[in-house]
Amino acid sequence: MRRPLRGRLRISTTWLGAAPFLVYSGVFLALPTVLVAVGAFSGPHGPTLANLAQLSQPYVVSAFLNSLLLSAVSASVGAVVGAVLAYAVATGSPDGIIRRLVTALCGVLSQFGGVTLAFAFIATIGTEGFIVIWLQQHGITFYPNGVWLYSLTGLTLIYTYFEIPLMVIVFMPALDGVRPQWREATDTLGGGTWSYWRHVAGPLLTPAFLGAWLLLFANAFSAYATAAALLDIGGVIVPLQISRAFSSEVGLNQANFAAALALGMVVIVAIITTLYARLQRRSARWLPR
Amino acid sequence: MRKNAARATRLGLALTVVATVAACGASSDPSWSTATSAASNGGMSALVSAAKAEGQLNVIALPLNWANYGTIIKDFEAKYGIKVNQANPQGSSQDEVNAVKSEAGTSNAPDVLDIGMAVTWANTSLFAPYEVAEWSDIPADQKDATGLWYQDYGGYMSIGYDSSKYTVTSVSDLLTPAFKSAVALDGDPTEANAALNGVMLASLANGGSLTNIGPGVSFFKQLNAAGNFVPVTATAATIDNGTTPVVFNWDYLNSASVVSLPSWKVFVPSDAVLGGYYAQAITKTAPHPAAARLWEEYLYSATGQNLWLQGGARPVEMSAMQANGTVNQTYAAALPSVSGTPVTLDQSQASAAAAYLASNWSAAVGS
Amino acid sequence: MPAVNRRRRRRLAAFKTVVYVVLGLFFLLPIAAMVEFATRGVGLTSPRTLAAFTSIGSDPELVDAITASLELAVITSVGMLALLLPTMIWIRLRVPRMVRPLELVCLTPLTIPAIVLVVGFAPLYNWIEINVSDSILMLAFAYLILVLPYCYRALDAGLSAVDIRTLSEAARSLGASWGTVMWRIIVPNMSSAVSNACLLCVAVVLGEFTVANLLNFENLQVAISILGTGNARDSIALAVLSLVFVFFFLLLLSFLGRALSRRRGGAARA
Repeated sequence: MRRPLRGRLRISTTWLGAAPFLVYSGVFLALPTVLVAVGAFSGPHGPTLANLAQLSQPYVVSAFLNSLLLSAVSASVGAVVGAVLAYAVATGSPDGIIRRLVTALCGVLSQFGGVTLAFAFIATIGTEGFIVIWLQQHGITFYPNGVWLYSLTGLTLIYTYFEIPLMVIVFMPALDGVRPQWREATDTLGGGTWSYWRHVAGPLLTPAFLGAWLLLFANAFSAYATAAALLDIGGVIVPLQISRAFSSEVGLNQANFAAALALGMVVIVAIITTLYARLQRRSARWLPR
Repeated sequence: MRKNAARATRLGLALTVVATVAACGASSDPSWSTATSAASNGGMSALVSAAKAEGQLNVIALPLNWANYGTIIKDFEAKYGIKVNQANPQGSSQDEVNAVKSEAGTSNAPDVLDIGMAVTWANTSLFAPYEVAEWSDIPADQKDATGLWYQDYGGYMSIGYDSSKYTVTSVSDLLTPAFKSAVALDGDPTEANAALNGVMLASLANGGSLTNIGPGVSFFKQLNAAGNFVPVTATAATIDNGTTPVVFNWDYLNSASVVSLPSWKVFVPSDAVLGGYYAQAITKTAPHPAAARLWEEYLYSATGQNLWLQGGARPVEMSAMQANGTVNQTYAAALPSVSGTPVTLDQSQASAAAAYLASNWSAAVGS
Repeated sequence: MPAVNRRRRRRLAAFKTVVYVVLGLFFLLPIAAMVEFATRGVGLTSPRTLAAFTSIGSDPELVDAITASLELAVITSVGMLALLLPTMIWIRLRVPRMVRPLELVCLTPLTIPAIVLVVGFAPLYNWIEINVSDSILMLAFAYLILVLPYCYRALDAGLSAVDIRTLSEAARSLGASWGTVMWRIIVPNMSSAVSNACLLCVAVVLGEFTVANLLNFENLQVAISILGTGNARDSIALAVLSLVFVFFFLLLLSFLGRALSRRRGGAARA
């Protein structure tokens, strides 16, 4: 059965709209990703599964678990606190100075990381941090049971420092889309603050909230410079393992193993994104679209 | 409309730069990329003019406070008018070699390398052979016979400490409760050469040997259990602020902290004298071959060697310079005193140590 | 009703004050710690000094690096808006099945750590540097990819608040072209999302270090890193100055953005 010519043309113009993006991401995103994937399966003597097999080693598995926990917790805390801050700002004047200041500050801090951020926290609540010293002078011991800053717990706290501002920036447009009429409608129908959030604003904001959480998760998952500065205890999270595999100057570098680790990270985020998509589909049932 | 304007600007900029690069490329003399000494290609004056014509030098992974490189770079730039482009200042030796491979053929590729011995031995295929004018002043066991690499400076693994708070007379002092949350390494021993040698120092001081880093790992495990180990990578900032008041590092790197923290002292244990040298090499794909060779000539002249000495490092030509009187006596006297017989890790010992650390380091200090 | 409103407003005001104070402390204390460290004198009893802040002077390399980073920020923002925004609107309207795959594609640059991504970029950049140009502005190609996750999310949040299907159908039935629909109808309704996406673009590019560093380019953060290897106090002072610089630049952009959109979108918003 021959398809009508008009139909065929319509399909191709549809894809034409997305063509520039597809071409660009094909060259600059797909190609590097493919190179990484190929590297994961390469060995000194040709294609091999040995790199992937190394992923099952206990220290690699524990690195993945640590990474997952670290990212999930910092993303969740960042998402909730960031949403609260975004709400505080969004309810203010849209042209006001507070909104501008907070937005600019969040823009800067969302990209602040690495050695300098680690040091900023060390200088604040490290063993010689000025808060710790000040509290000591007033008789309060900040670290009665060991310095938790120099551990994954501390790292999680430090991660929220850039996760919260990132949340503010990406979630605020969704909050800006909340119409005051919705609140008025809820009031007229006799609903209070709780039912407003539970039945009206909440479900409408959930897709954007989940999407932002996913971004925060991926952001924390692949961050490494801060961890490298804070914890030289050997590859506790996956990016540190990757860094060792690439840059180790004591002979432990295996570029292909790094590629395998990266592939593992991509797979994990793909799985989480699938779960997220399923969650979105369920919550989308409540939306007008 | 905005898209077209942006594209036109980008294209315009690209074309301008391509033209400029083409013009620059025309002035470099290709004969220097295979020259194995200055004398073989016209002498020092020819080398200097060729290098000046190139006008630039790409170096990589040279922190300014590492063995006085800040002064060395400034001095070289002032002396020859050649702009030194620095890249990846905190990179490791492996990063340098990775950059050589991935940037090969571009104008961003590194011209010269300053790398640890493990990486040197493994990557000789990337180097171009060259013998500096003072070649005979470099001891035979500290250079490659064909001129592919040559050691530049070295030092001994040491323990730097803030003398206003602590006193260190032996490695085992660090296990005492006085050193709570005080002892740190310069990086992750499974990644960084300096940190690996730090653990090896602890091993040598606790009954281990160059072939056995196990006692070093147990030492750090004990240190961690006692709450004395700080997992933060020691940097100038953490030393200044007191977070890492005791640091295992090369003596010349520890010496650099004295400038900002006058009470900082450097201690080399007499029962464990672990030495280590770094090496220079010129890359085969150097985009500025004459400048690269001039840089090496400069570094191995008395000026360059004394500048390293000023930075607390022991230059490779030290004995020759002491013999012919060109060594700077003030700087030489400022070096930390070392007694005992120095030992150095060789290739197989280094890889064995690294392999042991890969399986045991995290478990020892991870909790 | 008015009493309820007044009570609500008071509660909101109290809530906002608590949020700003608590989070303000959380974010500003580490910066204060950095400033405190950078203003210390050498030795235990020296007075505080601003020497670290003024030591940078007018280093020509730093000026070059700042210029390059600013140019990259502008090019990337424009490129991102030109590339991503039409694609997102187009796909939502015409090929809704591709929304989730597009989302995953846009998230990929963030799932691969930058050090690994650079390994994939390196051969591409090798080719570009030899055959096109070795200018630092070529980094824009990589940066466009790096900002995708952030800008996608910001734009998506704005798009989901606008019923683009109804708006576009109405505009099309009135004879508007796709261009008009996109730029004069949909975009003005998501101006906050667009400006946030640009803000993120600029912030990411000005704060980007790993890719530029591993490709041996000297952008703002690499220049700071180089200067920072000299002296601890100088490097921390430099980091603080960089934060302040980017902050004021973003603040300036927000004022510019408001001025531009007020001039352009006034009629469309009615």
